[in-house]
Amino acid sequence: MDYFERFAIPHPSPAIYASMVAIGFTVIALIFVLTYFKLWGYLWREWLTTVDHKKIGIMYLISAIVMLFRGGADAIMMRAQMAVPNNTLLDAQHYNEIFTTHGTVMIIFMAMPFIMAFMNFIVPLQIGARDVAFPRLNALSFWLFFMGAMLLNISFVIGGSPDAGWTNYFPLADNEFSPSVGTNYYLFALQISGLGTLMTGINMIVTILRMRAPGMTLMKMPMFTWSAFIANVIIVFAFPVLTVALTMGTFDRLFATKFFTTTDGGMDMLWANFFWVWGHPEVYILILPAFGIYSEIISTFSKRNLYGYKSMVGSMVIISFLSFLVWTHHFFTMGQGALTNSIFSITTMAIAVPTGVKIFNWLFTLWKGNIEFTTPMLYSMLFIPTFTIGGVTGVMLGMSAADYQYHNTMFLVAHFHMVIIPGVVFAMLAGLHYYWPKMFGFMLNEKIGKITAWVIAIGTLLTFMPMFFSGLDGQARRMYTYTESTGFGIWNMISFIGAIGFTIGFMLIVYNVYYSIRYSPRNIGMDPWDARTLEWATPNPVPFYNFAKQPHVNSVETFWDSKNNGHELFPEPYEDIHMPSNSGMPFILACIFFAWGFSFVFSMWIPAILSTIGIFICMALRSLEKDPGYYVTVKEIKETEKKLRGVQ
Amino acid sequence: MSELFPLKQVMGFALSIILTIIAAGVYFLDGISFPIIMTILLVTAFIQAGLQLVVFMHAGETDDKSAIYTNIYYALIIALVTIFGTLLCMIWGYL
Repeated sequence: MDYFERFAIPHPSPAIYASMVAIGFTVIALIFVLTYFKLWGYLWREWLTTVDHKKIGIMYLISAIVMLFRGGADAIMMRAQMAVPNNTLLDAQHYNEIFTTHGTVMIIFMAMPFIMAFMNFIVPLQIGARDVAFPRLNALSFWLFFMGAMLLNISFVIGGSPDAGWTNYFPLADNEFSPSVGTNYYLFALQISGLGTLMTGINMIVTILRMRAPGMTLMKMPMFTWSAFIANVIIVFAFPVLTVALTMGTFDRLFATKFFTTTDGGMDMLWANFFWVWGHPEVYILILPAFGIYSEIISTFSKRNLYGYKSMVGSMVIISFLSFLVWTHHFFTMGQGALTNSIFSITTMAIAVPTGVKIFNWLFTLWKGNIEFTTPMLYSMLFIPTFTIGGVTGVMLGMSAADYQYHNTMFLVAHFHMVIIPGVVFAMLAGLHYYWPKMFGFMLNEKIGKITAWVIAIGTLLTFMPMFFSGLDGQARRMYTYTESTGFGIWNMISFIGAIGFTIGFMLIVYNVYYSIRYSPRNIGMDPWDARTLEWATPNPVPFYNFAKQPHVNSVETFWDSKNNGHELFPEPYEDIHMPSNSGMPFILACIFFAWGFSFVFSMWIPAILSTIGIFICMALRSLEKDPGYYVTVKEIKETEKKLRGVQ
Repeated sequence: MSELFPLKQVMGFALSIILTIIAAGVYFLDGISFPIIMTILLVTAFIQAGLQLVVFMHAGETDDKSAIYTNIYYALIIALVTIFGTLLCMIWGYL
């Protein structure tokens, strides 16, 4: 029995036991439904073994939305705890665990898969490819991300959640101050999903460089593809730093090395340094694809080509470079001198320039455009002013002398939420509405969608604007309670009301999906938004081979030209299509990775060694396997196309 | 004759051996200061890496020459910025 004691929760509470029961029932219900409706085969054939970039994109999307609700529940609990002074809803330990999980889940397991979902689904369609360059690697990327996410999510019922903040600063995260296995979960969950992200980075770069349709030069790529390309370049250069830092942290915790200790020659702030060498580029990995989605949407609904295409590309290249030069601004107060801080202050403020170029380009695209206010466009329009508040306060924080006042207060928390929520979350929701018809073949309801956009935008302002004030008054972040005499009570109560607004907004999204599944018309055609880029030249639902004939590209907006300027998009005859075959290997390998991570979390060495061997066996089998793929014949293509497009 | 004898590769091989011997030789030298040791190691390491890339990994011999060099220079700049930035924060500029 002693062996199993390590799995117990160190700080149990009725809420956690209730969650255990709920998780248990959900798993049983899922198994029952899958068995009763005989869906196991379907699940295995169509989803677990798929290498189709569109299905992988949809799986990323579902995971991201589930994680959004998981992280959102944490956020609500935090805001409820802070709503009134001296609240006892949560104790200090639970509050620590919840803000840690909230941050980790939202960045790594919500925002990342959300952009991965769009990159996977849209990029091959936009460049006229039939899949990504390495389809099976893509499946492996997804399953590694998924298993990493699951590993972090079981932490709160088995062994205890991480509690050292999503930044996981050592020495706080070292064994001495964080004795529970929670931090091990953090290290291994991020390591496993980080491997998946790195693979996606390489996969997408190769896809975009090598698999574009004839005629699509680099400067004729749609803006979302450009942004995805730049984001993946940043992934490839930034994520190895995280990998190395996590490995060093793991060695400190499990094997008693002294990288980040205060004694024996360790450097206690080195973790913070490494973390932000990765962490700041990570911000741009998230925001650039979001900018790409806004560019597509604003151009489509202004009925104009994107203003300043070249300066858009140029500003992204500059951002990708500058994003590696600013990381020290996350710890201006660490104790460096004024010279060091000034250097990083200047680089930080310099990033505002290319970002400003992008904002002005969007405004000039709208200028004299024929603007149509759909739900995606509404999100994009709400993004510009809200994001600007976040951006301007970012410049305030970037001034190192003033940062001593703002550092680690709620002002900072307000700033990065006002950047990430309009910048990334609005973009993802806009993209969700915009690409929903391409993904699922029907539109989301516009009326509910617009109400939701307003509710979420008001919720954002209501939740985060008060934090600017309480932060300037001195409310520190990550404090689980405060006294009445501080006067923070009113600000936090307004924040809590805003958080309820958020909850209503996300409930409305769920309701919108339900409502649209039931009532939305299905005969919307392949191009319901009158869009401009190549992904809309495919029928709904998109056949597994994407394009029956190889598209030929003449401009940035080749689909628009084919509709209005007489460009012939598909001049070639039908040909046999070579497609990759499905494989269960990525899923199995990721499951072994899960076992591997779990064994390491609890220092169970025998299962750890066995699963390591299993990983190498899988990789060896893959190396020795011959997988020639298969061909779709012209006859089959014609039949499928006839079914999808009607007579042709 | 000059087409048959891989002069470039042989020279490269000899040079990489010499660089290795110089780097390893640092261990056996007494009485030189730490900064000089580090300088010798860094200089030989960078020449060695460049040599391997150009001579034995054939950077610059194919059509995607410019892409390869862009990639290498970008990586090099980011690595140097990261290293010197870290030194600036953690050691030189730390009060």
